[in-house]
Amino acid sequence: MKIIKKRFRSTTSLIAGLIACGAAAVATGPSAVDAATEAVAQESNGVVIRRLSQEQYETIIADVFGPGMKIGGRFEPVPREEGLLAVGAARVGLTTAGFEQYDAIARTIAAQVVDPTHRKVLIPCKPAAANGPDDACAKQFLASAGRLLYRRPLTDREINLQVKAANQGATALKDFYAGIESSLALMLVAPQFLYRQERMEADPDNAGQMRLNGYAKASRLSFLFWNTAPDPQLLSAAESGELHTAKGLTAQVERLMASPRMEAGVRAFFTDMLGFDKFGTLAKDGSIYPKFTTHVSEDAQEQTLRTITNLLLVNRGDYRDLFTTRKTFLTPLLASVYGVPLLQNKPNGYPESWHAQEYPAGDPRAGILTHISFVSLHSHPGRTSPTIRGKAMREMIMCQRVPDPPGNVNFTVVQDTTNPLYKTARERLTAHATEAMCTGCHKITDPLGLSLENFDSAGSYRTKENGAALDTSGTLNAATFKDAAGLGQAMHDSPAVSQCLVRRLSTFALGRQTAPTESDWVKALNDGFAADKYRLPDLMKRIATSPEFFRVKARPGA
Amino acid sequence: MSKVMNRRRVLRGMLGGAAVSVGVPLLDCFLNSNGTAMAGGAPLPLCFTSWFQGLGYAPGYWEPKTVGAGYEFGPQLRALTPMKDRINIFSGMKAYLDAHFAGAHGSGPQCILQGGVADNALPSLDQIVADAIGSKTRFRSLEVSCDGDQESLSRRSASAINPSEPSPLALYGRIFGPDFKDPNAADFTPDAHVMVRRSALSMVKEERDTLAGDLGASDRVRLDEYFTSLRELEKRLELELQKPEPLAACKVPAKGDQATPGLVIDDARANHRLFAGLLAHAFACGQTQVAAVKFSGSLSNLRKPGSQQTFHMYTHEESIDPKVGYQVNVEWFSNQCAESLLEFARALESIREGDQTLLDRSIVMYSTDGGYARTHSTDNIPMMTIGRASGRLKTGVHVSAPGDTAARVGLTVMQALGVPIGTWGAESNRTSKTITEVLA
Repeated sequence: MKIIKKRFRSTTSLIAGLIACGAAAVATGPSAVDAATEAVAQESNGVVIRRLSQEQYETIIADVFGPGMKIGGRFEPVPREEGLLAVGAARVGLTTAGFEQYDAIARTIAAQVVDPTHRKVLIPCKPAAANGPDDACAKQFLASAGRLLYRRPLTDREINLQVKAANQGATALKDFYAGIESSLALMLVAPQFLYRQERMEADPDNAGQMRLNGYAKASRLSFLFWNTAPDPQLLSAAESGELHTAKGLTAQVERLMASPRMEAGVRAFFTDMLGFDKFGTLAKDGSIYPKFTTHVSEDAQEQTLRTITNLLLVNRGDYRDLFTTRKTFLTPLLASVYGVPLLQNKPNGYPESWHAQEYPAGDPRAGILTHISFVSLHSHPGRTSPTIRGKAMREMIMCQRVPDPPGNVNFTVVQDTTNPLYKTARERLTAHATEAMCTGCHKITDPLGLSLENFDSAGSYRTKENGAALDTSGTLNAATFKDAAGLGQAMHDSPAVSQCLVRRLSTFALGRQTAPTESDWVKALNDGFAADKYRLPDLMKRIATSPEFFRVKARPGA
Repeated sequence: MSKVMNRRRVLRGMLGGAAVSVGVPLLDCFLNSNGTAMAGGAPLPLCFTSWFQGLGYAPGYWEPKTVGAGYEFGPQLRALTPMKDRINIFSGMKAYLDAHFAGAHGSGPQCILQGGVADNALPSLDQIVADAIGSKTRFRSLEVSCDGDQESLSRRSASAINPSEPSPLALYGRIFGPDFKDPNAADFTPDAHVMVRRSALSMVKEERDTLAGDLGASDRVRLDEYFTSLRELEKRLELELQKPEPLAACKVPAKGDQATPGLVIDDARANHRLFAGLLAHAFACGQTQVAAVKFSGSLSNLRKPGSQQTFHMYTHEESIDPKVGYQVNVEWFSNQCAESLLEFARALESIREGDQTLLDRSIVMYSTDGGYARTHSTDNIPMMTIGRASGRLKTGVHVSAPGDTAARVGLTVMQALGVPIGTWGAESNRTSKTITEVLA
C-alpha cells in the first residue's frame, strides 16, 4: 500500500479510486516485481550493465564497418521494466537460443568484413602471405575495430586472445582472412561488445571514493544522446581524462547536442517510452480496417516521432505541447486512414512522401494521443478500448500504475456490441462498473480513455458507434473536458505528465530507477525542467552534466 | 550397455526405488537393426514437449465422469477421443495463489510450469527436464510460438526467458539447414570451419573470471547465463564434429511453406501443423529431446477472420447460452485447440520406430492458464499428458484430485522422464506427492 500511495500521491481522485479497486492489491502486499526492484535498488552501486538493443547493435555495426553491412537474424526480446526496455536491458541475461542468434549474426557480419570487396577498405594492412597467419596485421585491425566495438581500448590480454584466435583460424584454414573472420566473429559475441559494461576506478579527487572511468562515462553520454557507441572524438576525451573535468564534460555534451545524430537519441527514448516495440505484433482485422496495413503502422510511428523531434528539437518547444499541438506530418497513406484530404502532386508509383500538416483551431485531432500510434496500439484488434487507452495514459505518460483486473469477475456486459441496450463503449463500461470490485479501477482509466472514442481502433475519426452519438466528455483530477482536444489540454496542464517525463528520461539515462537517496536530484531536475520551460534538450543536458549521472560507489567489501 | 544400466540403477537407488530412468544420451549408444532401440539394447531416448494454450475449457464440460481407466472425455475434449488410451487426464487440481496478487492470466501457468506463483525466477519444468536429459543433443530445447510473437513460457531464470520461434521456416533452417548432419548419411567429414569456431569459443570461456571483476551478485548471475549459453553452443559444435549414430526413423522433412504469422486461428493452426511436423522430425533425428509449444498466449487473442471478438474477449463477454449451459463461441475456440493438440500427438505417432512410434517414447504435457477463463479462476485446471514415455507412464487414466496443487502433474512428469527430483514447487504449491496412479 505504501508503494501504491506514493506512486499515486499526485492525484487525489486516483487515491479515492484505489481504495475501492485496490482492495485486492492492498491485502496482498507488494508484488514479486516490487520485491525484485527493491532488491536491485539495494544492491545497486550505480554501475549498470546493459545489453545492447537491436537498434544500438545495428547502428554500431554501421558506424564501424559501413552502412552496407547486412545484419540478418532475430534478436532476443528484452522485457519492459519500470516502463522501459532500457531498464529491462540492464536486467536481462542471455538464453542459448539468443546466443545462437548472436553467433549467426556475428558470422554474417565477419564474413562481409573480410570479403574481397570490403577487406580492401576495412583492413588497414596486407598480410605477409594470404594463406597463413600474420599476427602483426591481425593485431592492427583487431585492435582498432575492437576499440570501437568494446568502446574502450582492448586490454593486452584481450588483444592477445583475439590475435591468437586469428592465428589459429588462419593456420587451420590456410587463409589469413578466414582467421580474421573467425576472430572478429568471436569479438562480436563477446560480452564486452554485447553488454555495456561499466568499470570504476579510484577517484583521485575524493580519497577512498570510486568513480566511473572515462570510457564508461563516454558510453553513458553517447548512448543517451546518439543511441550508439562513442565516436573516436569522445573516446579520445575519455582517454585524455577530459571527461572528468566539468569543462571537458560540458564541451563534449555540447558537441553531442549540436550534432544531427542527437535525433537518434531522442527517437530511441520516445520509441521506448511510447512502447512502439508492440507494433511488431500489432494486428488489425483486415476485414474491418482494410486500410490498416503494415505500411500504415510504420508510417504511424514515424508520424509521431517526426512530430516529437520537430517540436522538441527543431523548434526547441515545450514538452507539454506534444499533447496539444495541431502540427504534425502525414503521408498520403496516413491521411487516407485519418480521413484528411492530402494532395500529392507526384507521378504514379512515386514513393510516399511526408507533408507538414497543421489542423485548424478546434479540430479534434490535437496532440500525439490522437495519433494512430497511440489510439491503434492501445485498442483491441477490432474495437476500441477506453480502458486500455486510459491505462496506457496513466502508465506511460503519467508514470502511474493501474492494477490488473482481479479474479472471479463477470465481464460479460463490458463489450457486448450486439446488446441493443449498450451501443457505445461508455454504456457498456457504465453497466460493467456497477460491479463494486470493478468500479475503482475503471474510474482511473475510463474518464481519460472515453475522450478518445472519436478515434476507432485503426485511428479513423468517427462520431457514432453502432448508430449512437458518442459522448466524449471526461475528467482528469479537477479538469473536465468534452473531447480529445480537451483531454490533451488537461494532460498538458497535469504536473504528473512533466514529472513522468523527468522520471522516464532519468531512468532511461541511468538504466535503472532512481533510488530514494537521489530524490533531491530528481526534484532539482523537475524544478530545472520547469525553469527551462520544459525544453527536452535542456533537460538532457542537465542530466548529463550533473554529478549524479555518473555517481557510483564501491561495493561493500570490494 | 552395462555402463548405461549402472547409471540407471544408481539413479533409481537415489530416488528410493521410485520408477525413474534417465534418457540415455544418444551418442553413447548404437541403434539395433530394426530401429526400436540402440544396437546395445538400450531404449531410444525419451522426448518431452510442454504444450500450452491460453484460456482452457469450461468447468463441467471437459472432465470425465468416471475416474481411473476407461473414462470418457467431457464434450469439450471429445476431439481427443481417438487418442484416449494414450492420454491421462487430471481434474480438480488448482494453482494456489497464496497471498500474491493474481496476475489475471499469468498465475496459473506459473504454478503449472514453474511450480509457484511468487517467484518469476523459478525455472520452467521443460528446462529442468532439458538439464537432465537434453544435454547430448544438438539443441538442448526448442521453443515455438504459433500465434506470431516471440513470447514464451520457457525460462531458466527471470532474466533468461527462452524466446519462441514464431516462424516454421526459420525453425526448419535452424534444425535442418546447412549445419544439419544427417545421422543416416554414409560418409562424414568434420567441417574445418566448425573446428575453428569451437576452439575460438573455448578460448573465451577462460575469460569468465577476468570479466566477473567487481560485478554485483545479480550481474554475476547474468554473466553466468551468458557463459552457460556459450558452453551450450560449444557443445553443439562438438557434436557437429562427431559422426552421428544412425537413426532408422530419421527422415529430413521437406522444407515446406511459410504460414501466415498472426492471430487468426486458421493461421495459428497451420503454423502449429508445420511446427508439429518439424519437431517430430527433430526428435526422430536426435536433434533435441525437449520442446515447448505455445499454441497461443495465456491471454489468447486468437480470433476468427473478420471478427471483432478475440477468444479472450469472448471468454469474458459472451453470455452463457441457457440451452447448452456454456459460452458457444468460446466452445468453438476450445474445440479448435483440442483438435490442434490431437494433431500434435498424431505428428509424433506418425513416426514409426519398429513396432513403436515416437509418441510411445514421449510425454506431451498439456497446460493452460486456468480453470475458468470467464472469471479468471485458477481452480480445477484442465491438465493432461499424452504418451507413455517408453513405458514409464501408464496411460488412459483419469485422476481426480480436488484441491491438490497442479504442480503435482509437473512433478510426476519430471520423475517419469528421469529427472532426479523428489519435491517441487514453492509455498502452497510445493509438493512431493507423485501421482502414483499413472507411474508404471
